[in-house]
Amino acid sequence: MTDLLKLEDFRVSFSTPRGDLHAVRSVDLTILKGESVGIVGESGSGKTVLSRATMGLMPSTATQTGSAFFNGTDLSTLSRDDLRSHWGTGMAMIFQDPLTSLNPVRRIGSQLTEGLTVRLGMGREQARSRAVELLDRVRIPDPLVTMKKYPGELSGGMRQRIVIAIAIACTPELLFADEPTTALDVTVQAQVLELLTELRAERNMTMVLVTHDLGVVAGHTDRVVVMYAGQIVETAPTKDLFRNMKMPYTEALLKSIPRLDQPSGQRLQVISGRLPDPTKTEPGCAFAPRCTYATDKCRAEAPPLTTAPNGHQYRCFFPITGAN
Amino acid sequence: MKKLINILTRLSRVALILMGATFLVSILVRQLPGDVALLINPVASAAERDAIRHELGLDRNYFSAYLMWLSQILRGDFGIFIFGGKVFPVIKSAIPATLQLIFYTQILALVIAIPLGVLSAFKQGTRFDKLTSTSLFSLASFPNFGIGLILAVVVGANLGIVPPSGYIRITEDLSQHFKLMLLPVLTLAVGPIATYTRLLRAEVIATLREDYVLLAKSKGISDKRILFRHVLRPSSTTLMTSAALSMGNLIGGALIIEIIFVIPGLGTQLAKAIGTREFFAIQSYVAIIAVFFLIFNSVVDSLINAVDPRTRNRRA
Repeated sequence: MTDLLKLEDFRVSFSTPRGDLHAVRSVDLTILKGESVGIVGESGSGKTVLSRATMGLMPSTATQTGSAFFNGTDLSTLSRDDLRSHWGTGMAMIFQDPLTSLNPVRRIGSQLTEGLTVRLGMGREQARSRAVELLDRVRIPDPLVTMKKYPGELSGGMRQRIVIAIAIACTPELLFADEPTTALDVTVQAQVLELLTELRAERNMTMVLVTHDLGVVAGHTDRVVVMYAGQIVETAPTKDLFRNMKMPYTEALLKSIPRLDQPSGQRLQVISGRLPDPTKTEPGCAFAPRCTYATDKCRAEAPPLTTAPNGHQYRCFFPITGAN
Repeated sequence: MKKLINILTRLSRVALILMGATFLVSILVRQLPGDVALLINPVASAAERDAIRHELGLDRNYFSAYLMWLSQILRGDFGIFIFGGKVFPVIKSAIPATLQLIFYTQILALVIAIPLGVLSAFKQGTRFDKLTSTSLFSLASFPNFGIGLILAVVVGANLGIVPPSGYIRITEDLSQHFKLMLLPVLTLAVGPIATYTRLLRAEVIATLREDYVLLAKSKGISDKRILFRHVLRPSSTTLMTSAALSMGNLIGGALIIEIIFVIPGLGTQLAKAIGTREFFAIQSYVAIIAVFFLIFNSVVDSLINAVDPRTRNRRA
C-alpha cells in the first residue's frame, strides 16, 4: 500500500493572552491508502485540532508548522484556492454533532447537491438523481421527500446519515470522521459506524475515525493512534493494541469505559487529574502527574517515541508488559 | 375556523394598538401650551372662546374628546381641521411622498448594509472592518438634519449635481423624481446603514462559528458562496426585525427631512398641524403612521418565516 497522508513534525498552536497554546505538538503520522485509522484521546488531547488542521480547516487564529503531504503534495505550501480544490473531492469531514452540522435554513436537497454541481460540475437533474442515490445508499427512507425537508424536521440519526452522504458525495479519498457517533443514541451509533465501514469498503476510501471511545475504535479500524496532550503516545494495529497495550494512558482510557459485566453499583473508573496546561511545556512525560506507575525519571525526562520490532510505537519508559 | 379566530385575534390586537396610540396622542396634544381658541380668533370674547372650545371638544374630558375624533374617523373624514376642511384629502396627497421616502431609504440602506456587514464580519479585525465601522459610526453620530443640510448645500446647491430640494411625483417625471429623492434618501439612510451593518456583522460573526459553515467549507466551495448562500440567510432575522422596527425612527426622521428638502409629505403636514394645534388632524396622522408601522412589521414577520424555517410553527 502507498502513503495517502503523511504528517511530518506537524504542530498547531493558537496565540492566546496567556501565551501560545500548543494544541498539537510535533506529530509524525503516516496513513496508507485504504486504511482505517482511529485517533483516540480524551477531550483536549488535540485529536480534533489535528484532523481539522490536516485538512486546513483551522481559523486564521491558529498557527500551523510542519508538513502534511496528501498524495505527495505538501498541503502547507498550497494557496487557499489550491487547498480548497482538495476539499470535498480529496478529503472530506464528518462532524460530531449532526444537529448543528446541517444548515437549518436550507433544504436537505440543496445542501446535498451543492458539492455535486459546484465541485463536480453536474447539471441540476444529474445532481438530483445522484443525491437521491446517495440518500438511498445511507439508508434514508423516502429520499425524494427528505430532499425537500429542512434539517429541523429530521432526527439526529437521519441527520448524521445525511452529513455522511454530503461528505462522500464527491467521492473523497480520505474521510475524517470526527466523533461521528458521540451525539447519537447507542443503537443509532452502531448503525452509523456500520454504515461508515461499509462505505469505506465499497469505495476503497481511507478513513480517520476520531473518537474518545476505544470501544468505537475496536471493531472499525485497522490501526489506532492514541493522543495525549497534543502528542502521539501510542500507535499500533488495533488488534495488537488491545491485546498488548504499552501505555499506562491507553490502559486508563480502556478502563474508563463502563462495562456491562461489572457488578452493578460499582463506581465508574476515571482518569484522575487533568490534562497538562497546553500553554506550558513542562519537563518529563506529559502523563506523569496522572500516571500510577510514574517514577522520578518520568517526571524529569520526556520519554521518546519508541518503536517495537512489530511496529508498535509508544512513548513510555516503563511500558506495560505481558498480556492482560 | 381556527384560522378565522387567528385572524380575528390579530385584527383586534391591531385595533387595540391603534386606539392606544391615538388616545395617548390625544392626551399629549392637549398638553401643548397656548389657548387654541385665541389662536383661531385672537380677538374672540370669552363666550366666543368657549364656543370654539366646545366645537373642538376641549371642554370635554379626554375620553369623550377622543370619542369625538373616533366618530369623525368612522364617518370617513379622518377628522376635521379646526380652520375648516377634512383631513382625509390631505392624508391622501401627503402619503405617497412619505412612503416613497421611507421605502427608498430602506432599500438603499439594505443594499449598502448587507454586503458591508457580511464582508466586515468575514474580514473581522482587518483594516477594512475597522475602517467600515469607524466611518459608518462617525457619519451616524451626526444628526440627521445636519447631514441633510450639508448634502443640500454642498451636493445640491454648490456642486449642482442634483437639485437641492423639492418634490416631483413619480408619474410626472421619473428621472427628476429620483434625482430629487436622492439627497433626502441618502440623509435618512445613513443611520440605518450603520445600524444594519453593525447588526449583520455581529450575526454573521456568530454564524461563521457554526458547524454547518465548517461543513460547507469542507465541501470546497468558495468563500463568496459560503457567505451569501450559507451564512447570510440564517444571520438575517435580527436585521429584518430591526428594519421593521426602524420604521418608527424613519417616520420621525422623515418629518424633519421633509421640511429641509421641501417634500410635501406626512411629516410636513404633521409639523404644520402641531404648529396650529390641529388636534384631530394630529391624531389622524399618528393613526396613519401607526397603521403603516404595523403593516410593515407583520409583512416582515411573514418574511422572516419564509427565510428561516426555524421560526415556523411557533405560534406566539
